[in-house]
Amino acid sequence: MNLMDWHRRIERHTGLLVFGIIAVTSVGGLVQIVPSLFQTSLSTPVAGLEPYPPLALEGRDIYIRESCSVCHSQQVRPLLAEVMRYGATSKAGEFVYDRPFLWGSKRTGPDLHRIGGKYSDAWHRLHFMDPRAVVPSSIMPAYRWLAERDADTGGSIQNRMRALQLLGHPYTDRDIYFAPQRLAGKSELDALIAYLQMLGVSRPEGG
Amino acid sequence: MVLAFTIAAVLWSLIGMAAGVYAAAELVWPALNLDFAPLTFGRLRTVHTNAVLFGFAVSALMGTSFYTVQRTCHIRIFAPNLAWTVFFAWQLIVIAGAVSLFMGANAGKEYAELEWPIDIAITVVWVIYGVVFFGTIAIRRIEQIYISNWFFGAFILVVAMLHIVNSLAIPVSAFKSYSLYAGAQDAIVQWWYGHNAVGFLLTGGFLGMMYYFLPKQSERPIWSYRLSVLSFWAFAYSYIWAGPHHLHFSAIPEWVQTLAMVMSLILLAPSWATMINGIMTVSTARQKLREDPGLKLIVLSLAFYGLAMFEGPMMAIRSVNIISHFTEWTIGHVHSGALGWNALITFGCFYFMVPRLVGQPLWSVRLANIHFWLALAGVMLYVLSMWGAGITQGVLWLSLDELGQVRYGFNEILAALQPYYLLRLLGGSAFFVGAILMSINLFMTISGQRTVTVAPPTTSMRSPAPAAGTP
Repeated sequence: MNLMDWHRRIERHTGLLVFGIIAVTSVGGLVQIVPSLFQTSLSTPVAGLEPYPPLALEGRDIYIRESCSVCHSQQVRPLLAEVMRYGATSKAGEFVYDRPFLWGSKRTGPDLHRIGGKYSDAWHRLHFMDPRAVVPSSIMPAYRWLAERDADTGGSIQNRMRALQLLGHPYTDRDIYFAPQRLAGKSELDALIAYLQMLGVSRPEGG
Repeated sequence: MVLAFTIAAVLWSLIGMAAGVYAAAELVWPALNLDFAPLTFGRLRTVHTNAVLFGFAVSALMGTSFYTVQRTCHIRIFAPNLAWTVFFAWQLIVIAGAVSLFMGANAGKEYAELEWPIDIAITVVWVIYGVVFFGTIAIRRIEQIYISNWFFGAFILVVAMLHIVNSLAIPVSAFKSYSLYAGAQDAIVQWWYGHNAVGFLLTGGFLGMMYYFLPKQSERPIWSYRLSVLSFWAFAYSYIWAGPHHLHFSAIPEWVQTLAMVMSLILLAPSWATMINGIMTVSTARQKLREDPGLKLIVLSLAFYGLAMFEGPMMAIRSVNIISHFTEWTIGHVHSGALGWNALITFGCFYFMVPRLVGQPLWSVRLANIHFWLALAGVMLYVLSMWGAGITQGVLWLSLDELGQVRYGFNEILAALQPYYLLRLLGGSAFFVGAILMSINLFMTISGQRTVTVAPPTTSMRSPAPAAGTP
């Protein structure tokens, strides 16, 4: 009963209770998160990985805006059938320029981490305009309006690249200077397809 | 003020469920996306989760926590003006959140999609909420702090910690920011947040609700004080570790995954201890259990709590997770918790609390009973159809033929899910209709009260009671 007496003191003192809750709930996070933040193998890019060029970065931000990740994962698990279906297992070093990560938690549609280069741009364009014209059993929404909107309507591409440069993405000032030109005349659909075609292509040797 | 939170929670539950039902219909009939950006599944699903999580669940928790803390501390709320500030500011945040998500401002993290200006507003309002809640505890007239308040307190403190750490970002414009963390590290931080938002909001906060309203409604004391002490601290300690089970077989370090799996299994003990404590509390209140629809809803919610808290650790086992991960099973699991546990216990508490707040009996017990059965049928249909769909996906995705080739195309499997999606839509709709009946019932209860107190005896005590306006 000593333990219970001791507890009676905690439950009669607001400060002790608050302190106790914070102390007890902090342990797990400290043990799991803090070492991971310093683990360089999680933050070292795989050989050949480049930060997203402006058009693909724009496409990625559209992917985020439309919450594509609620139906499409980007994480190939180390399971035989999964490697057969999608391609090489995903590695931590392939995601170091992903802010935020877009692994997803659900596959209503197929995994997209190795989608890059699997289909032509024309296929993707047709699929976004009318998914069921290409895949009859698809339940994906059509995204026709993306073709009508200019990429980077807000004109923020340089600011976005600068923010990422600040976070350590190796963009040169030259990359940033010329970014608006790379987006000139492109639609949001072009940008999204450019992003998809980049996904998972810089996979490590032997992967 | 508690009534204001209750009304807000009911309205958000209707809005959130309407969005959910519509999104479920889009999976059956994709033409319902109507080529209209805000209505597409991706955006609508995000609005749905935000409306039910931050609109419905948090409003319900704020209301019931203010109700409970005043009654268990025997004192009026600390700084009522601040409490009203919390109410209005929080409702504005949820509205702004829904509008910004419809417009496409999305930070891209699941259950933390709101952009940085709203994140800062959430932090400020949350601190004020904490000040009002802990302030009320600090000035209490009862020596002991009741157990409900430990759970509500843990909910407030931990959600603040999770929200601040996970939302750290570099802003680009008012509607865009980039996470401070990248790739695998971002994943670990995000699921520490995502899992424990479920843990301390949808589990901890609602257990606070349970520990007050269950004994009150059944007129029985909590079965075991010692068990509640033990399970509280064990719950608070072990829940935090379980997040990375959302990342099994991913590119995060394997030791983090294994640790999360083990801690998820350990979590089963305090979760079930709490459930047993609750069920044993009502076990002698048989007559009440037969007559009181509110109490029935709370007891049913405890059963779903036990189911979800068993299912979760099972799905966290790596070998089960191979099948369940990325499938509809996850959606079924979330909804057996969110509909079966969170929504039902909240409805049960509202049926108890609202008549007491307005001093009127519940408008229709019969309607509440119909709601009970609709809700039960709805959630069962939902969960069962998602189990069926999830296991179908999990098994067929991984099935190989004799030559070692993938046996079924992704789209063949998707086509096989259509009947399940239709059943889920039916289940969700039944649950939604039940919630509409409850809204009508509570609205009539509240408005019945208004006609009585609108004409107070002002002029003379000798004159006969004013007849005008009384029913």
